[in-house]
Amino acid sequence: MAVSPAKALEVERLRADFAVFDELVNGKPVAYLDSASSTQKPRQVLDAMREFYEHSYANVHRGVYTLAERATEGYEGAREKVRAYINAPSNREVIFTRSATEALNLIAYSWGLENLGEGDVVVITELEHHANFVPWQFIAKKTGAQFAHIPIDDAGELQLDALDEIATRGNVKVVANNLVSNTLGTINPVEKLAAWAHEHGAIMVVDAAQAAPHRHIDVQALGCDFLAFSSHKVCGPSGAGALWGRRELLDAMQPFNFGGEMIRSVSLERTSWNELPYKFEAGTPAIAEAYGFGVALDYVSEVGLEAIEAHERELVVHAMEELAEIPGVRIFGPPADRRTGIVSFEVASVHPHDVAQILNWEGVAVRAGHHCTQPLMTRLGVAATTRASFYLYSTHEEIDRLVAGLLKVKETFGA
Amino acid sequence: MSDLEQMYREVILDHYKNPRGHGALDPADATAEGQNPLCGDEVTIFVRFGEDGETIDDVGFEGRGCAISQAATSMLTELVKGRTASEVASLPKEDLLEEIGIPLTPIRLKCAILGLGVLKVALHRAKGTPLPPEWQGLADDLTI
Repeated sequence: MAVSPAKALEVERLRADFAVFDELVNGKPVAYLDSASSTQKPRQVLDAMREFYEHSYANVHRGVYTLAERATEGYEGAREKVRAYINAPSNREVIFTRSATEALNLIAYSWGLENLGEGDVVVITELEHHANFVPWQFIAKKTGAQFAHIPIDDAGELQLDALDEIATRGNVKVVANNLVSNTLGTINPVEKLAAWAHEHGAIMVVDAAQAAPHRHIDVQALGCDFLAFSSHKVCGPSGAGALWGRRELLDAMQPFNFGGEMIRSVSLERTSWNELPYKFEAGTPAIAEAYGFGVALDYVSEVGLEAIEAHERELVVHAMEELAEIPGVRIFGPPADRRTGIVSFEVASVHPHDVAQILNWEGVAVRAGHHCTQPLMTRLGVAATTRASFYLYSTHEEIDRLVAGLLKVKETFGA
Repeated sequence: MSDLEQMYREVILDHYKNPRGHGALDPADATAEGQNPLCGDEVTIFVRFGEDGETIDDVGFEGRGCAISQAATSMLTELVKGRTASEVASLPKEDLLEEIGIPLTPIRLKCAILGLGVLKVALHRAKGTPLPPEWQGLADDLTI
């Protein structure tokens, strides 16, 4: 791949696209540091969705009239944008879902129920989001398969030397991992895991919800079999997500939901399924949301993923340096060069909920809780953490306000 | 510092740092535990009844969580001591919120009333006192 120097990201110009940054919270401009949870939306996406509704909206794939054709064109155009964004071989392998969570459940149910049984092993990791953990735990229990996890070390990195032992437990059938940890920001060695999975005849499932907004995703280079991500974490609307799967796997799977659109023919005796990807898209989809998802991918691509990555790296270095200066603050996870723009930390003897509440008085929005990673919280020995996370519109000044807010937290609690 | 922050500091922090009724009671006549899945707050409540088997003689709690949840449970122990199981079973959450005395957002409200809910579950299990629907979710234990 030809490497061209990343164009620098002009954060102030980008921020003008986001009306929310004019919003005052408790009399102060909002410092939105919760983009790992969900991102804010630029007017380009909002305007495009409104225009779509006003000029091109009808149900998709059914009508022969002009509006239905426009809507279908918009919806299928978004599918092609998703395909290109992750370098999938074919847009027939791209399925629109409600969310990354639904995409992962689709795999666990449609692939897992048919392909897992006693003597098989499902492998997940200790830093998995519940969305890529609980579906597999559930399906493993249903089918009698073993449920094994790859532990992490104290720096939040996967301990791949545990794989040999895991392989002795039975037939490894599936390895499921997030490309980036939503709590620690750790960038996981998915290529290595995919190679190991394939050596053992297993499939590799990648939760890219935290990776796709921040880094180039190439499903062919990763060597995975399934990959899921969502619209709302990449500047798009909520209610839309995407699943990519290898054609031969998707072809062999039964549908996840049944209803309209996903059938070829229905009679009292039997029903046959529609072709890919429609076999997995029962019911009227989130049409305008899928369309907006595509526009958001255009927006992010135009800013440039290299530029976004470089911008977030600067921010995370700045944040980790500043936070490390505050006595009593402990940062979890790997060094800055091994993570995306996510920093989870604790403030000694102050619960993260209280940290977040006091930060909110200062207009600083962070996430406090277990981040849907309770096994990871157990491993870290905490009930919850405070998490600051950044995106293309985040600034150094917002991080400075976080730091000032944390000093206020310590003052309030006498900590 | 705003009045709200001042209140947070004085009332909540006092109970948070010096919790009343903190610690397990062993033996206990009634006990229950509950979690707030939003933030991972945990509270376990222990109750001892007096000779009439109805009046709450002593109440203790263990837990970990935010200042609101732990301080509110501390206040709760003071509020319910000397009352009967059926009185506490029908104690409206507003009575506890009045004690806490600061405005709470819906999310923080869940933290504040966690201990009260757990206490109602403990009394329900030990004495069969009514458990209104709004508290029943805490008593459910649904696992895979």
